[in-house]
Amino acid sequence: MTGRALAGAALLVLAALTPSAACAEYGDVLLNRYSDQGGVRPVVFPHWFHRIRFRCKVCHDQLGFEMRAGANDVRMSDIIEGRFCGMCHNNDIAWGAERCDLCHSGRPGLKSGVYGGHQTTGPGRW
Amino acid sequence: MRRLVLVVFALLCAGAAAQAPRGAPLVERSWLPLARDGVHDPRSPAIGLLQEPGSALSALPADTAGNQVRWVEALRNGSINPRTSLRPEAQVRLLDSDIYMDRYGSVPVVRFPHREHTLWLDCGNCHERLFKSQTGANNISMLRILQGEQCGQCHGAVAFPLTECSRCHNTPRATLNRAPAARQGANVP
Ligand code: HEC
Ligand code: HEC
Ligand code: HEC
Ligand code: HEC
Ligand code: HEC
Ligand code: HEC
Repeated sequence: MTGRALAGAALLVLAALTPSAACAEYGDVLLNRYSDQGGVRPVVFPHWFHRIRFRCKVCHDQLGFEMRAGANDVRMSDIIEGRFCGMCHNNDIAWGAERCDLCHSGRPGLKSGVYGGHQTTGPGRW
Repeated sequence: MRRLVLVVFALLCAGAAAQAPRGAPLVERSWLPLARDGVHDPRSPAIGLLQEPGSALSALPADTAGNQVRWVEALRNGSINPRTSLRPEAQVRLLDSDIYMDRYGSVPVVRFPHREHTLWLDCGNCHERLFKSQTGANNISMLRILQGEQCGQCHGAVAFPLTECSRCHNTPRATLNRAPAARQGANVP
């Protein structure tokens, strides 16, 4: 660990402090592994909305979501069959898979990943 | 170089302190509307149906960074009560111990609270893949955190961001030296 690297890192954090023009709500995850190809808008998953209702452990422990943007290989068929988002979006715990637009609301062409204000994370993000 | 890091650290802490005096209400918080947040498609029919962040988050305890919500406080004071499990039989594990990390003399000590974490998370979210459950066995470093590893997997993505240095570097070395018994993973009620 060199002091130089650390100082660089600290400066990058400083840079991150200045707000950028377009920033999603902190913790929003965009899923676009298949959406663009499939001709639908990419999916926006809002952490802020879900964490008001569920603790992290519900999704990341009990339901088995990997804690890494892009690490879960989610297909639409999975959701309809009750896996991933479909474990709740099943017209029981939450509204169901037929409400396409509520999930597929992202800007076409955006890359998968976590978006949001003071983001610093992700391997290779810097 | 080391000095530069310290200066930056001091500046950031001073900045944070100036912005958020303890207990004082924050003057102004604002959230971008979904149509202008850069991630949602402004032409999506969902705009208008989806909840705007400001309409939910403005009611929760204020913060200056991240979601601009002090999530730990929101849970503590009951302004939110998120479910801990979907199935009633799911086992909920809590741990109430603090770990003090003071391997570096140059920065204030890090007090890692198991309690605040296990209220949200399960042990398995951190142990044994992210952290070995043995004090001092993890070689935690700021550079790796800033790269999104270790604490940085959550802090900087979903939990409060890394700009909040003093929220992790939260214990002046002087206070710690007076209570050496509390140093290493002692249980704190
Ligand atoms: C609960 C949220 C949700 C709802 C509701 C939903 N989707 Fe999806 N959908 C997803 C996710 C998540 C993916 C995977 C996104 C990715 O990585 O590109 C996906 C992927 C897709 C794909 C890409 C191809 C594939 O097989 O995965 C298509 C096409 C699609 N959805 C169509 C639809 C249609 C049509 C509807 C309405 C009938 C719908 N979706 C409703 C979440 C949802
Ligand atoms: C309703 C389910 C749900 C809840 C509750 C939830 N998450 Fe997530 N989380 C997800 C999904 C879905 C993803 C995206 C996974 C993907 O892209 O493959 C994700 C991704 C993440 C990531 C990866 C971001 C990155 O930079 O790669 C982190 C870290 C994370 N969540 C932390 C948390 C924390 C901390 C909490 C609690 C405060 C939480 N999550 C609550 C569903 C949830
Ligand atoms: C642990 C259960 C759970 C999981 C898993 C889950 N959701 Fe949800 N989600 C909910 C609930 C509950 C609501 C609120 C439903 C309501 O308002 O009736 C919701 C609402 C939403 C909303 C609407 C937010 C708004 O502004 O109204 C979106 C978008 C959404 N979820 C996307 C997803 C996507 C995409 C996934 C998978 C990556 C997912 N959810 C997984 C429980 C879940
Ligand atoms: C947010 C991440 C996180 C969660 C969740 C978490 N831990 Fe830890 N745990 C840590 C870290 C970090 C350390 C300190 C490791 C070090 O000093 O290098 C630690 C240390 C420990 C230790 C060794 C120190 C001691 O106090 O004896 C034990 C045992 C432990 N954890 C048990 C648990 C159990 C049991 C749970 C669930 C109830 C849990 N942890 C949940 C991050 C976590
Ligand atoms: C698996 C995700 C995760 C990891 C890893 C993690 N945290 Fe956290 N941490 C959280 C969440 C969630 C909260 C609740 C507050 C929030 O979301 O902003 C939190 C809260 C905290 C708090 C309490 C702040 C307060 O207001 O009282 C401290 C201090 C903290 N974390 C330090 C650390 C340190 C130090 C590490 C690494 C050793 C670490 N965390 C690793 C998820 C995580
Ligand atoms: C999420 C919690 C967290 C936040 C936020 C955080 N740190 Fe750290 N930092 C740590 C931990 C944990 C260590 C390792 C401490 C130990 O092992 O003694 C560390 C170590 C350090 C070190 C010691 C040198 C090194 O290479 O690790 C410096 C310097 C440092 N942090 C500066 C900062 C600065 C500057 C900020 C704000 C921009 C900051 N930290 C924000 C958790 C955090």
